Amino acid sequence: MELQGKVWKFGDNIDTDLIIPARYLNVSDGSELAKHCFIDIRPDFAKDVSSGDILVAGRNFGCGSSREHAPLAIREAGISVIIAKSFARIFYRNAFNIGLPLLESEEAAEGILEGEQVAVNLASGECKNIDSGKIYTARPIPDFMRQLIKAGGLVDYIRRGEKK
Amino acid sequence: MPMTITEKILALHAGVDEVSPGDLIEVKVDMALANDVTAPLAIETFEKIGTKKVFDNEKIALVADHFVPNKDIPSAQQVKLMRNFARQYEIKHYFEGGESGIEHVILPEKGIVLPGQVIIGADSHTCTYGALGAFSSGVGSTDLGAVMATGEIWLKVPPTIRVEYNGSLPPNVVGKDLILYTIGLLGVEGALYCTLEFAGEVIEKLPMSQRFTMANMAVEAGGKNGIIEPDEITLAYVAERSSSEFITLKGDPDAKYEKIVNIVVDKIEPQIAFPHSPANVRPVSEAGHIQLDQVFIGSCTNGRLEDLRDAASILKGRKVARGLRLIVIPGSPWIYKKAIQAGIIEALLDAGAVIGPPCCGPCLGGHMGVLAEGEKALSTTNRNFIGRMGHPESEVYLSNPLIAAASAVLGRIGAPDEL
Repeated sequence: MELQGKVWKFGDNIDTDLIIPARYLNVSDGSELAKHCFIDIRPDFAKDVSSGDILVAGRNFGCGSSREHAPLAIREAGISVIIAKSFARIFYRNAFNIGLPLLESEEAAEGILEGEQVAVNLASGECKNIDSGKIYTARPIPDFMRQLIKAGGLVDYIRRGEKK
Repeated sequence: MPMTITEKILALHAGVDEVSPGDLIEVKVDMALANDVTAPLAIETFEKIGTKKVFDNEKIALVADHFVPNKDIPSAQQVKLMRNFARQYEIKHYFEGGESGIEHVILPEKGIVLPGQVIIGADSHTCTYGALGAFSSGVGSTDLGAVMATGEIWLKVPPTIRVEYNGSLPPNVVGKDLILYTIGLLGVEGALYCTLEFAGEVIEKLPMSQRFTMANMAVEAGGKNGIIEPDEITLAYVAERSSSEFITLKGDPDAKYEKIVNIVVDKIEPQIAFPHSPANVRPVSEAGHIQLDQVFIGSCTNGRLEDLRDAASILKGRKVARGLRLIVIPGSPWIYKKAIQAGIIEALLDAGAVIGPPCCGPCLGGHMGVLAEGEKALSTTNRNFIGRMGHPESEVYLSNPLIAAASAVLGRIGAPDEL
């Protein structure tokens, strides 16, 4: 599966309070949450992000709360994939469960810059920086997680009967 | 093959003889829980899966604690959704109003979570129950919805980091300081995907409330779960609260650990986590002059009776500093009542504290003590990321209840011996 988009770059330890502050957790509608995504650190994100854009971040992305509202806000804002050096574990599970793919790559996260165009192949883990021409290979997504993305998330995966 | 306590619990619940770190397993869940903020999405998932009934209406707990007493109309709608679901599916452990408190305080208090169990919760601080010698881990709402439907969850067996605490605790150094110190050592992802197992002579003597505090913050180091082997202290606690059957499992002496960390506690001071990370710790003597606008004592980390008692021991006969707001929230109705009976609430009120109803309150910047631009708060909570307690230009410092109480009197971060 090939994805291509413009990069939004973030640093290390981007926590769930930054992704979606708790004051917005009195709703669970994705499109409503997306309006406030990253509001405390990048107020321009919600209005400037386009469908298909790609998020690139440093270490421990998504640390903090278990709130699924975090990957949901990011997905509904239009982000198609997140590339980071590492992910916090609850965020990792949540993202795949709602069909938002994640890739781990130190070099890609380091080398790709804000505003660049990147093409991502989920099956191979290949990330190509269209601007610089550089190609990075992310850690392969575990087989089970790939199946979750293919199914569109945990719910569809269960409903298809693949889970007993 | 020798196994750690976490591996043993998981093997048992996966129906296999043994497991190793890295194994992908499917385990049966003893208790699944959600709160008013995480339940709506979990319920949506459950409905979509379409089983039309929960796997076991006695193995699900739904607690109204985050934005209650209903914070605003949308929050009221979320609680209503959870309430209706609980009624429709006859959920035994549904808590709201005068029966409810902070989920991670009331569940052990009511004997609903027990040693040897697998507990999955749609809240990152579900790791709290590891203090009982259970495997307890936080997940998101979709996972929780799937558990409610199927009673099972897939997990990757975590490697265990064993932290051994030895020596004698100095005065005013308690479980909160041990875990803050440990997170400072490991960093916010130092235990990523790992079990944090707490052991050693200090832990063996630690009362349950402080064990809960430590397990509660395992997630702040990136941990999947925190765990303390059950012993006489654990069993005595459980015996007073439950007559249900449970198993006590212990790790094998020759189990394999990812890492063993040895901490000698004799020189540890009360710790302060500075903005904006729980790992940004330093001893209170190195805090410098930090003028405070608010002190909050409460939360699933330090909202128990012993924490309130500690705070009252400092605040009794003293007054909160001029211009500083002290907010105290007992973690459960039972704690609130006991605190009244013990004269704790009176001492706090006389000192000038605001007493709130049992709930999460300002911990996550919801209500009951949100911070304005530029304000600084010291709290006994577990997180201090940017905007955690309110305005993104506010600051949150973390500490134990004794330091929080002393600081409320001083008007700045400080220790009891400065009073």
